[in-house]
Amino acid sequence: MIRSELIQKIAEQNPHLFQRDVERIVTTIFEEITGALVQGDRVELRGFGAFSVKKRDGRTGRNPRTGEAVEVDEKHVPFFKTGKLLRDRLNGA
Amino acid sequence: MTDKTLTRMDLADAVHTQVGLSRNESAELVESVLQEVSDALVAGESVKISSFGTFSIRDKAARVGRNPKTGEEVPIHPRRVLTFRPSHLMKDKVAAGNKP
Repeated sequence: MIRSELIQKIAEQNPHLFQRDVERIVTTIFEEITGALVQGDRVELRGFGAFSVKKRDGRTGRNPRTGEAVEVDEKHVPFFKTGKLLRDRLNGA
Repeated sequence: MTDKTLTRMDLADAVHTQVGLSRNESAELVESVLQEVSDALVAGESVKISSFGTFSIRDKAARVGRNPKTGEEVPIHPRRVLTFRPSHLMKDKVAAGNKP
């Protein structure tokens, strides 16, 4: 499923809404999650999962082609942990 | 880092402010979106949201696990797990926003 298919489904369930409003709803939800992570905040959606930011320590990496050592700085990456309900549903519970 | 946790309510508030729907309806729509994404995943589909990321399902094979406390062997059954791969855009934004 891609974004436009998700918008389509929500639009079908809500015939009273304009298509452009449904697009804004879906966009707002995902932008809000991204915005929270950019601030270093968590987003916890019970039953679905939780988005958070994890710190990756700096390390000495290696250019795989030349074998040359490169310093990789510490960085922060987005992380998602599946919620219990969804995890159980994926396994037929 | 501000160490705040957002919930469904914050997402519903954002929808309420951005789109102008009532708080109630905004909350219902947030729920519908999460439900549709979940249903697609449960049906075995992956969900790709451009500039956000991709949720996909992976099959894990059965393996023998061990109770770390007792050392006892326990079978781990084959199962399906969900992985989220953030888009490049999201990774770049999160890295930039959390620069030390």
